[in-house]
Amino acid sequence: MSLWSRMTNVLRGERLNREIDEELEAHIEEAIAQGRDPAEARRAFGSTLRHREKSRDIRLITWLESLRADAIFGWRQLAKTKITSAAAILSLALAIGACTSAFRLIDALLLRPLPVANPERLYDLSRQGTGPEGKPQTFDEWAYPDFQLMRAAVVNQAELIAISSAEPADLTYKSDEEIERAYLQYVSGWMFSTLGIRPALGRVFTENDDLKAGGHPYAVLSHDYWTHRFGQDPTVIGRTFRMGNTLYEIAGVAEAPFTGTEPGTMVDIFVPTMMHPAVTRKDSTWHRTLAMVKPGATFEPIRQKLDATSRAFEEERAKGFLGMRKEDIDNYLNQTVLLEPAASGVSDLQSETRRPLAILGVLVALVLLIACANVANLMAAQASARAREMAVRVSIGGGRWRLVQLVLVQSAWLALLAAVVGGLFAWWSGPFVVSMINPPDNPARLLLPADWRVLGFGLALALAVTLLFGLVPALRASSVNPVSALKGGEDPHSKRRLMHALIAIQVAFCFLVLFVAGLFVKTFDRLSHQPTGFSADRLLVLDAVAKQPQPLEFWEQLAEHLRSVQGVETVALTDSPLLGGNSWNNFVSINGAPPNGVLSFMRGVSPGWLEAMKIPLIDGRDFLPADTHPGSALVNETFAKTYFDGVDPVGKAFDLAADEGGRLQYQIVGYVRDVRYRNLREPILPQFYVPFHSVGVSGVPRKKGAATLLVRTSISNARALAAVLRQEVPRARPEFRVSRIRTQLEINQSHTVRDRLLATLALFFAIVALLLAGVGLYGVLHYSVLQRRHEIGIRIAVGAQAGGIARLVTMDVFSMVFLGAAAGVTLGMASVRFIESLFYQVKATDLQILALPSLAILAGASLAALPAVIRAVRIDPVTMLRAE
Amino acid sequence: MQPGRFSLKRLAYLDVYVLRGLSIRKSDSLQGSLDLLVLKILSRRARLHGYAIMSAIQDISGEVLRVEEGSLYPALHRMEEAGWIRAEWITKDSGKRARMYELTAAGKKQLGAEESRWQAVTLAVNRVLREA
Repeated sequence: MSLWSRMTNVLRGERLNREIDEELEAHIEEAIAQGRDPAEARRAFGSTLRHREKSRDIRLITWLESLRADAIFGWRQLAKTKITSAAAILSLALAIGACTSAFRLIDALLLRPLPVANPERLYDLSRQGTGPEGKPQTFDEWAYPDFQLMRAAVVNQAELIAISSAEPADLTYKSDEEIERAYLQYVSGWMFSTLGIRPALGRVFTENDDLKAGGHPYAVLSHDYWTHRFGQDPTVIGRTFRMGNTLYEIAGVAEAPFTGTEPGTMVDIFVPTMMHPAVTRKDSTWHRTLAMVKPGATFEPIRQKLDATSRAFEEERAKGFLGMRKEDIDNYLNQTVLLEPAASGVSDLQSETRRPLAILGVLVALVLLIACANVANLMAAQASARAREMAVRVSIGGGRWRLVQLVLVQSAWLALLAAVVGGLFAWWSGPFVVSMINPPDNPARLLLPADWRVLGFGLALALAVTLLFGLVPALRASSVNPVSALKGGEDPHSKRRLMHALIAIQVAFCFLVLFVAGLFVKTFDRLSHQPTGFSADRLLVLDAVAKQPQPLEFWEQLAEHLRSVQGVETVALTDSPLLGGNSWNNFVSINGAPPNGVLSFMRGVSPGWLEAMKIPLIDGRDFLPADTHPGSALVNETFAKTYFDGVDPVGKAFDLAADEGGRLQYQIVGYVRDVRYRNLREPILPQFYVPFHSVGVSGVPRKKGAATLLVRTSISNARALAAVLRQEVPRARPEFRVSRIRTQLEINQSHTVRDRLLATLALFFAIVALLLAGVGLYGVLHYSVLQRRHEIGIRIAVGAQAGGIARLVTMDVFSMVFLGAAAGVTLGMASVRFIESLFYQVKATDLQILALPSLAILAGASLAALPAVIRAVRIDPVTMLRAE
Repeated sequence: MQPGRFSLKRLAYLDVYVLRGLSIRKSDSLQGSLDLLVLKILSRRARLHGYAIMSAIQDISGEVLRVEEGSLYPALHRMEEAGWIRAEWITKDSGKRARMYELTAAGKKQLGAEESRWQAVTLAVNRVLREA
C-alpha cells in the first residue's frame, strides 16, 4: 500500500506540496495560538521549504518523480523542434518497422518452435553424399521400406515419424462436378501421439491406423481447414470424400495450432502413410523422416544405427541397379545419414529462404544503424545547442547521472514513438511481404502471429536503439565543463569530429546496402530476361484428371474438342508442363555403351506440342500419331552436344533402362532447340521428348488418369478462356475434370518470384538508406555552417570567393563521404562471398555494380550538401559580424 | 527492523537525543529515538496533530527533551509511509484544517520493538558506567 501511495503521489506532486505546506503552516499557527511570538515560532521551525522537500522525498518515489519530470521536459524539448523530431521519429520508425517486420517473418518461418510436445527433441533425417554432377548434396526424402527398417533399428532410443511433403490434392465431397483442392499430407499414424497432438473432435490416428498398405482410408482434418471449409461443423465426423479411386472417411480434427511440420504450408488433411501409392516401393523416395529422440538417449549411437541400416538397405537395392556406372553406384551408396534439429519444423520454403531472409535481415539492420546515426547526430547537435543549459544545471548542483538520465529519457521518447509507428508499419507490412513471396498457384500459407515474441523484439530493439544513439550524447552532455561552456563554448571541433565519424559510417553502410541491392536487382533482371526457348504468350496450362485411367483416344478427343472452342488456336497434350516442377529422368546409353553419368530429362508430348510451345525444329520432323513411347524421340541441342558431339542426331538411336528391367529403344526423329526444363538458373539440361502415346512391354497402349493440355489461345488475355474451358472439359467426355488452370507465364514467373521479392525489398531498403544518409549529411552540414557562420562571414568580408567558401564548408564532410565509400567497397567485397550463391550471372566486381552505388551516393551527397553551401555563400558579413 | 536485533550501528541511538543543557551538539538529529517517543505518545493519547505531539514530548520530559520543530514532520511522514501511524485531515472549529495522527496495529508492534531495544541499550550503557 505504501509503495502504491508513493507511486500515485508521483502523479499528484502539486497537491502533495500543498498538503505538506498546509500542515507545516498549521503547526506555526498552533504555536502562535499557544501564545508564542510569531517571529520566534517561525525561526524555531526552520526552513519550511527544506522540510517540505524532505517530507516530499519520503512520501513519493524520488527516482520516479525525477523520471516523470524528465519525461515531461523531454517531450517539451521534442515538441519545440517539431519538424526535426518528426523527421527523426519517422526515419527511425521506418527502420524499426522494417526490422520488426523482418523479424516477424524470420521468426514465423525459421525460429518459432512447432506447437508440439518437446520440439527441442525433434530432428530431421537426411543423407549427405555426392550428387550425379559430382557436387555435394543433401537429400531428406526417404523410401518407406527403408524407413520401416530404420524405425525398428532405433526403436528404444527414438521414435521415427514419416511425413510426406504437403501437396495439393484433388478431392470431391459430393458429386464429381465439385472437385476441390486441399493440402494433403501422408503421416505416420503414431505422429499425433509422438508430437502430443490431441483431437479437437473425433479421434486422431494411432499406430493401428497405419498397418496395412491401402487398408486405412481415414482422414484427420486440421483445425484451420475444419474452420474455413466446414465452419467448425461437428457433424463432419463420418463424412467421406473421394480422392482418386479411394473413398476416405473423416475420423477427426486435430487440435488448433498444429497445421503440420512444414512452415510455409498449412496442411488441410492428414491421411495415413499406408494410403500412399508408393508405400511399398523401395525405389520411390517420397517422405521426410522426423525423429523424436527419447529423453536421455545419446545422439551419435542413434545416428550410427540409422546410417548402418540405411546403407544396408541401399546396398541390397543397388544389386538391382543395371546400366549404371560403378562410380555412380558407389557415389550413391556412399552417403552419410545426418540428424538435424527440426524444432521449428522442416520445409522447402525454409531452406529456400533461409539465406535470402538472413541477408534481408542484415540489410534492415544496416538501415536501422543508418537511422540511429542520424538521430545521434541530431541529438549531438541539440546537445551542443543546450551546452549552456547543461552547464547551468551542473553549476547549480545537478548530478551527472541526472543529466545522463535527462538526455536518455529524451532519446527514449524518440525510440518509443518510433517503435509505436514502426510497430504499426510492421503490422501491415509482414503479411504484405508474405503475399509477395507467393507464387499465385502455390501460395505459402504462413501463420504470422504478432505475440509477445514480436512485441518483445520490438521493445528490445527500441531499448537498444535508445542506448545506441542516446548514450554518447548523454555522456557528452553530462561531462560538460560549466566554466568553459558558460564562457562561450568548448572546443567546437570535438562535436563535429563525432558527427563526421558518424557520416563516414553511414556512407559505408549505405554503400553496402546499395551494392547488395544492385546485385539482387541485376540478378532478377538477368533471370527475368532469361530466354526459356519457348513462348509463354497466350498459353494456358490445363491440368485434367479422370476418375479412371482413360485410353489415349479419349484424351485425344478431349484435345480435339477444346480445339473447337472459340478463341483457341491450338491444343497439345503433355504429361506435365515445362518449368512446372515435375521432373522425369534417366541415364541414356548410345549403341549399348555404358551411360556417361549425365542424367537426361524427359517429357511425354503429343504431336503438335512443338507448335503449341513454339519450339523451333532444327531438323527431322515432329511426332506423328503413329509414333509411340518407347520407339521415337525428339532431342534437344544440349542432348546432341552431350551424346553426339553436337552433330545433327536425326536418324540415330539410343536406349535406356526400363523400370521393369530390360532396355527401351528409341529412334531420334527430330532435333529441336534448347528449352528450360526445371528452372531458369541451372545450365540447360540434355532433354528428349517421347510420344505421349505410350505402350507397355507387350505392346498394349497404356491408359492415363491425368494429363496436361497446353492451350494456345488467339485472344491476348488467355485467362479469360479459363471458365469456358472448365465447362467444356466434362462436355468433351464426362470422365474428365479440370484440376487446375494456370497460364504458362505464371509458371515461368513463379521461378523468379523470390528473386523479385529480394530485388524489390533490397531496392526499397537502398532508397531508404540513401534517403536517411542524405538527411544525415544535410543535417551535419547545416549544423556546421551554422556553427562557423562567423568565420565564414569574416572570410567573405576579407574577399573569399564563393568557390572557396563552398570548398571550406564541404571539404571535411566530403572526405568523410569518400572514406565511407571506400570502407563500403571493402565491406561489400568481403561480404559478397557469403551471398554469391543467390546471384545469377552477376559478378560483384563488375564496374557497373560498383559504379552505380558510388554515383548514387555522390549524387545524393551533393544534393544534400547544396542547401548548406548556398546558405554559406549567401552569408552577409555585415549582418553576421554586427550581430556578434 | 526486527525486535531483539540491533547492531553496532543501532547503538548510535544515544546521539539522536537532544538533551538540553547537557552539552550535546545541537545538530544531532532526532532520528530513531524520536520514533520511539512519538509512537509512545500516540499509544497513550488518541489522535494528535504534530504540534500537540511535540508539546507532549516536551511537557512529559519536563522540558529536557526538545524536538526540533521542523524535523518532526519528515519523521511523521516517514512513519506514516512505513504504516506505523496513519493520518487524517480534520476541520477545526476555527475552520482551519489540521492533520491528526494515530497509531496503527503495525505501529503498536513497532513500539514494542523500539521499547525493548531502548531498554537493552540503556541497560548496556548503565552497565558500562557502573563497571568500567
